[in-house]
Amino acid sequence: MRPFTKHTGLAAPLDLANVDTDMIIPKQFLKSIKRTGFGKNLFDELRYEDEGKPDQECDGRPIREEFILNQPRYQGASVLLARQNFGCGSSREHAPWALDDYGFRAIIAPSFADIFYNNCFKNGLLPIVLASEEVDQLFAEVTAKKGAEVIVDLEAQTVTSPSGEVFEFLVDTFRKHCLLNGLDDIGLTLQNEDSIRRFEEKRMANAPWLFLSRGE
Amino acid sequence: MSAKTLYDKLWDSHLVQQRDDGSALIYIDLQLLHEVTSPQAFEGLRLAGRKPWRVSSSLATPDHNVPTTQKERVDGVNGIEDPVSKIQVTTLDDNCQEFGITEFNMKDVRQGIVHVVGPEQGATLPGMTVVCGDSHTSTHGAFGALAHGIGTSEVEHVLATQCLVQKKSRNMLVRVDGELSPWVSAKDVVLAIIGAIGTAGGTGYAIEFGGTGIQSLSMEGRMTVCNMAIEAGARVGLIAVDDTTIEYVKGRPYAPKGGHWDMAVEAWKNLVSDKDAQFDEVVVIKAEDIKPQVTWGTSPEMVIAIDEPIPRPEDQKDPVKKEGYARAWKYMGLEGKTMLSDVVLDRVFIGSCTNSRIEDLRIAADVVKGRKVAPTLKQAIVVPGSGLVKAQAEKEGLHEIFEAAGLEWREPGCSMCLAMNADKLGAGEHCASTSNRNFEGRQGFGGRTHLVSPAMAAAAAIAGHFVDVNEFVKH
Repeated sequence: MRPFTKHTGLAAPLDLANVDTDMIIPKQFLKSIKRTGFGKNLFDELRYEDEGKPDQECDGRPIREEFILNQPRYQGASVLLARQNFGCGSSREHAPWALDDYGFRAIIAPSFADIFYNNCFKNGLLPIVLASEEVDQLFAEVTAKKGAEVIVDLEAQTVTSPSGEVFEFLVDTFRKHCLLNGLDDIGLTLQNEDSIRRFEEKRMANAPWLFLSRGE
Repeated sequence: MSAKTLYDKLWDSHLVQQRDDGSALIYIDLQLLHEVTSPQAFEGLRLAGRKPWRVSSSLATPDHNVPTTQKERVDGVNGIEDPVSKIQVTTLDDNCQEFGITEFNMKDVRQGIVHVVGPEQGATLPGMTVVCGDSHTSTHGAFGALAHGIGTSEVEHVLATQCLVQKKSRNMLVRVDGELSPWVSAKDVVLAIIGAIGTAGGTGYAIEFGGTGIQSLSMEGRMTVCNMAIEAGARVGLIAVDDTTIEYVKGRPYAPKGGHWDMAVEAWKNLVSDKDAQFDEVVVIKAEDIKPQVTWGTSPEMVIAIDEPIPRPEDQKDPVKKEGYARAWKYMGLEGKTMLSDVVLDRVFIGSCTNSRIEDLRIAADVVKGRKVAPTLKQAIVVPGSGLVKAQAEKEGLHEIFEAAGLEWREPGCSMCLAMNADKLGAGEHCASTSNRNFEGRQGFGGRTHLVSPAMAAAAAIAGHFVDVNEFVKH
């Protein structure tokens, strides 16, 4: 996994509450068996006028000009400002894959849905929870000034607004450690192989019916 | 020992390792797999040269993009017309074969929606931890099991390590007290709960559903309630084990037998919250107050009773809510309408992991029996949750009732719930749907979904618009 340490980038404000993962990446693109290539269909129904199809070139498609990611001033954005309950609904990891593939490195919102929040960390994407007033201020600053950049520092656990105001955020130490060092969970978990085996033996003794083969 | 909630007990009995920062490794007893969220996980295993930790803990079946017409189903996977869907289903078949995982493929009568198949086979058992790369895995909590929806990286993690890295959630109790009114179903109960606490109301919580209004439900009904815990933001929904649970599990193919059965039942009896257990949040709803529910907007929390007027954006005080309502009104094409009975329906969908079990189909058949679908309707489809549900329904003659009334009888799968196959809404079309999500575009580009119970969907199919099923059946 790509590590996340400190990132400075253009912020795009998506002023919509309860953005669900169907909205982030519609179902027709979930038929892919790959992890990459979802960026061109990120927010497909908000971005384009027509119905998107898998494996389609998106260059000639009619766009919804008012949508933030279609506005010239937000081209190249790598920090997404969002509203409450971002990423609700389906567990599809295709949502963080699409955000990552498009070029986003961090998402800032007052709250996230649980599964989406989890999925982000597995993909080097940092979801940041700030207080509503802080998110409001970031929205205001980013909208007021073209090219406004936000600094995200994971080590220090801070977000610096375009005007220089610093907001602190919380993150679990284990997740932070993994993200800072680009570590995958599986290898780390397997370092505890003995504990897992011991637990499994105990469980097998207490609940042997859970360990029968499917016996086809 | 201090008193524990059911969630605390399940958590503690699966805790492999607690970390200082609050995260933990928990052991997973069962992983359900389907074609959409597993290919990248298997690919990850292959790239790292890893093998599944314990293959007998997994069970797979394709469901999300399988076609539901006879024509496309007779040849199994080879009959799928959409080449991209076909690759995905074939990939699941290949992966299960390569790694030695039991799969009910498209030609197997046991194939169906994972959340219908697991319980039906007795693969889902009380006291288990269950995961699946699907948010509606909360369904299995109806059995007093700790069931999470997870992402694909976590699917791979569980395959490789038999564990999941989790942070313990807080405890919420949603108690439904009293007795439900006639024709008010589990779906109405859970929609009313989501309406009360909101789509993010359960975020960070494991919700235990309790009270007489929940205890009186069948296992099918309990699964419907837990299924939609995620629509209230909670990854986990739970219901305590009682005789109804144990009766349902008994005799199922993968349920414990003989001495194991007695031992299991003894252990399962403890799967209830202790009397003095403390919940971080308690919500109480009166069963008598719940009427048949219909969603009007683009989030499951945008829900009202059938006899209530549609809430208007201009009446909302909170600016975020006002804007959300305005957007939903526009998307749903509600201008000029006062009641949901004013909406002319284009399609009706009875199915999904929420409402495609035998009890759901029996209720819907009961409502449409001897009647005809409205001529204004373009289509009404009934999609059973599994091959075995389909067989049971046919044994009872339900398919004949549906077909005589003008509803199409289909093959099992997720179908129009998320429209990854050919079953979908056209732009602007209104659908009465027994599924779980009314998000923009969920059932098809520009489609307009109204979530309801099977009885309400069936009554709407006949009337051509929403009606109170309780009134409808009197005529």
